[in-house]
Amino acid sequence: MPKGRILIAKPGLDGHDRGAKYVAHLLRDAGYEVIYTGIRKTPEQIVSAAIQEDVQLIGLSLLSGAHNVLFRRVLALLSENHADDILVFGGGTIPSKDIAQLEAMGVKAVFTPGTSADSILDTVSRLLEKQPSVNLHE
Amino acid sequence: MIPEHLRKAAQAWTDGAVRRATSKSPERSERFETASGRLVDRLYLPDEDQIIKYPDKLGFPGEYPFTRGVQTTMYRGRLWTMRQYAGFSTAEESNERYRYLLQQGSTGVSVAFDLPTQIGLDSDDDRCIGEVGKVGVAIDTLDDMERLFEGIPLDRVSTSMTINAPAAVLLAMYIAAAEKQGVSKDRLAGTIQNDVLKEYIARGTYIFPPPPSLRIVSDIFAYCMQEVPRWNTISISGYHIREAGATAVQEVAFTLADAICYIETALSAGLPIDQFAPRLTFFFAAHTDLLEEVAKFRAARRLYANLMRERFGAQDARSMMLRFHTQTGGVTLTAQQPDNNIVRVTIQALAAVFGGTQSLHTNSKDEALALPTEDAVTVALRTQQIIAYESGVTNTIDPLAGSFFVEKLTDQIEEEARAYIQEIDKMGGVVPAIERGYIQHEIEEAAYVYGRSIDDKRRVIVGVNDFTAEGEPDIDLFEVSEEVRARQIEKLNRVRERRNQAAVDEALRCLQEAAGDAKANLMPPILAAVHAYASIGEICGVLRRAFGEYEERYS
Repeated sequence: MPKGRILIAKPGLDGHDRGAKYVAHLLRDAGYEVIYTGIRKTPEQIVSAAIQEDVQLIGLSLLSGAHNVLFRRVLALLSENHADDILVFGGGTIPSKDIAQLEAMGVKAVFTPGTSADSILDTVSRLLEKQPSVNLHE
Repeated sequence: MIPEHLRKAAQAWTDGAVRRATSKSPERSERFETASGRLVDRLYLPDEDQIIKYPDKLGFPGEYPFTRGVQTTMYRGRLWTMRQYAGFSTAEESNERYRYLLQQGSTGVSVAFDLPTQIGLDSDDDRCIGEVGKVGVAIDTLDDMERLFEGIPLDRVSTSMTINAPAAVLLAMYIAAAEKQGVSKDRLAGTIQNDVLKEYIARGTYIFPPPPSLRIVSDIFAYCMQEVPRWNTISISGYHIREAGATAVQEVAFTLADAICYIETALSAGLPIDQFAPRLTFFFAAHTDLLEEVAKFRAARRLYANLMRERFGAQDARSMMLRFHTQTGGVTLTAQQPDNNIVRVTIQALAAVFGGTQSLHTNSKDEALALPTEDAVTVALRTQQIIAYESGVTNTIDPLAGSFFVEKLTDQIEEEARAYIQEIDKMGGVVPAIERGYIQHEIEEAAYVYGRSIDDKRRVIVGVNDFTAEGEPDIDLFEVSEEVRARQIEKLNRVRERRNQAAVDEALRCLQEAAGDAKANLMPPILAAVHAYASIGEICGVLRRAFGEYEERYS
């Protein structure tokens, strides 16, 4: 029985997916079911995949600097689709002053370069505890 | 071969002195490893082969197999080109940064394009929200290219452009912008990256599937051979492969496997090896494991020279020279204690110089957080200047040659990279190996192993998992405004209003026709479209419809 379902996604045009693949691998090894979208997905594609795959969390990875615009769009689409029970975390080259802004718009955690695996796993398990165990879309 | 008497003496030393020393105080670790996970011995010994086989293994600088460097006098003759990769926002703002860098003693320009440009999309395309001008400069039409190089004499400055899938379009724009400055294309010097295979492997800015992508590459080779003879038509890149997590061996192996594919494509298009091969160039990363990196560069040179002569029958020595650009490893920079990155970059830059690089970009200390500020870029450039003018390492050629360890590492890396290339050959070459996900998987595994070694502290990264400090670094970061897209769209609209639409339509129609004719070279119709101020999105749109788009499969 997997501990939870997580979508790791790459919004925008950025092709740097070492971090995304690393986190996906790490979470899989820790017993989660992880779906990785691949690179260059639109916020629409990501949200629709999240709903279709019935995930509890979305992890957005972006290194191009487009995070403020694209993370916001993902959150807005989740809300439009009445899927805001799916929680969003993010990672990438994200300046600290943007992190506060992202958290204010509803991103639950932001992992910057150098974040330890333990801290990622802790945060993910804490976020899943907040999740209703019965998915609302079934 | 290690001489017998030395082997025996070393054994006696190990059994005696070493045993006594380690029984009193053990070594710091059971295993000592390079950054790529290679086991390192306590001590290396002289190998007779370095003398007996000197001509085959090392040779002289500027001569086969180029282990000791591609130029005869190396840095005693001319230093490497100090070429800082830069670009952001609009052409006007990037132009200012290039002029600043040239004033500060940079000796070449290196253009970073934004992601929409790299994927062949106009700034007003819906897919570009948030991305315009972010990781590089936005270029939609020739008009932007003219502004980008305003006041920069293209007959005297060489330019490197990191552009791949739409390389033909940006090269055409560069040629056209130079013409407007009165500089004819036969006088242009520079490089386009034009290495789409590594985009599928590691970097992600592909557009078309492999076959038409390779055709475009080979069209560029053929066109430049005739028309832009001083242009480096490709920069076959291990850098991004390494950044994605590859080991030093994998970086060499996958890069040369890509090179083999490009060469085979050009040969089957009927181009003679010694006419296009001298314009092929390479691009590698320099990481912090100094000696492993030096060995990597030397091994890559020897392996390539050998491949070119033995496998492809090249006769011209210039076809066998692996000339390369180096960038210090972006992935090694830490967001924590960013000043430490200056030291990392210094070690990495030294590795590149000991390794005999032809040009070098040094990263700035703030790049784990954002694009670099002007101050940070200046320190990065000064790092190169200090190595060049103060360190003394440029006074003699290949100064680490003959180090027992470096020579052994050079042999090992060459041998292991060769084995990887044979493995890829067995799969039918690099394209099937990519399509099967083999190369991507190898890199992902290496990245995971490396990452875990940091997570469990078997590997120390100063400031990250040891020697950490409390608190956020106080550092000014560079920002690109979200308004750039609006400004860029406005400029694009002005160009569209001003240009002769009938001429654009006709040029695009000709391009479409050429795309459908496998024998046609795409460069002339692309150049005509660029001259008519067709946009990159329009030109790549025609090619997208003709060639289709590549979609990566994930398991």
